[in-house]
Amino acid sequence: MTEQQALFKYCVRLGDNALIQSYRLAEWCSNAPMLEEDLALTNMALDMTGRAQMLLQYAGSISGEGQTSDDLAYRRSEPEYRNNLISELPDNDFAFVMVKQMFTSTFEYFLYLALMESSDKTLAAIAAKSVKEARYHMAHTSDWVVRLGDGTGESNRRAQEAVNALWPYTGELFETDDVDRLLQEKGVAANLEQIQIWWRQYVIETIPAAKLELPSDDYQHTGGRIGVHTEYLGHILSEMQYLQRAYPDAKW
Amino acid sequence: MVKISQSRSQILDLLSSIPDPEIPVVNIIEMGMVRDVILTEDGCDVILMPTYNGCPAMAQIEADILVLLKREQIAPAKVTIVLDPAWTTDWMTEEAKEKLRNYGIAPPLHSSCNSDQFARNTIRCPICNSVQTSLVSRFGSTPCKSLYRCDSCFEPFEYFKCH
Ligand SMILES: [Zn+2]
Repeated sequence: MTEQQALFKYCVRLGDNALIQSYRLAEWCSNAPMLEEDLALTNMALDMTGRAQMLLQYAGSISGEGQTSDDLAYRRSEPEYRNNLISELPDNDFAFVMVKQMFTSTFEYFLYLALMESSDKTLAAIAAKSVKEARYHMAHTSDWVVRLGDGTGESNRRAQEAVNALWPYTGELFETDDVDRLLQEKGVAANLEQIQIWWRQYVIETIPAAKLELPSDDYQHTGGRIGVHTEYLGHILSEMQYLQRAYPDAKW
Repeated sequence: MVKISQSRSQILDLLSSIPDPEIPVVNIIEMGMVRDVILTEDGCDVILMPTYNGCPAMAQIEADILVLLKREQIAPAKVTIVLDPAWTTDWMTEEAKEKLRNYGIAPPLHSSCNSDQFARNTIRCPICNSVQTSLVSRFGSTPCKSLYRCDSCFEPFEYFKCH
């Protein structure tokens, strides 16, 4: 694997995480419990669509095959996606989306903070923008996790269920593979072991502040790095890609 | 070889007639979105920096620039979007911040990387200048704004988030 191939894979991974999260967050449009949260979740979706576009565009520009961001978003099949499994899980509950986004926004905040120092100038510039958004998302969702966990018996129960269900999907965020190792040597990629330390520290403080507990069982799911997804990603893609699949090159 | 009769500064002047599509009281120069105008043998290249990652106004601004340059017979012209350096609200001019305030939007605080970005009650009401204000919603009608309420004059207002 050349450095260029590794960088392509790295950008696709970051871009796919943004894209799939964006899709799930957009599903909340008109479904949140209050208008402000409709705005919040869809604004977060918009931030992530923009981030996905930049990352996939950059990926396409270095692949040597000249794909556009749309080609990468709409013309790949499920096993070619490299997003973490947590981003594709369906949000059936408001507590679930808030806990999920707290976990992932905190990860993204520390990840993009580290990537601001990347030796790859484009990646560093994308990180400089993304870190501000991630910090904002992290503050917003952390507030909600505390509000729900330290709220009523019902909101606490649902937040705790979300923590229990989501925890086994958090380990994957920090998995390091050959792509990471090659790019870390070049000063391009972030050190995920270090990020995990910062992430854990934040989560370990936030969860008890919300009167919630982390599960003692540390079993972790895996698969996103090699394109083995949950059953949910295929359903997402069948809807998200429908137009470009049915009418290739359709334009507004 | 292309000959463009206007100078770089004349073109920058022309570009200052393009308003921000979402906040029409300020123009794209005042917002700090135009990095440069480069005139070469190949034509005119407007270097534009995106504000928010997913801001839908960017496509509109790009289109507005191309229409304007075409009307002024500045050709060939193109717009290049650059990510590095990353745009920050610190690049907004003082004039732009004053215009935002007069328009009813509290301008962004300095500086974008301020870690106490979420500190409350430091946002001044753009209507009565009170510091007794409360955050109503972190997210507003556009990616760049959040919603506040003034606890002195009781008017709701938007705050342009520092970025
Ligand atoms: Zn007031």
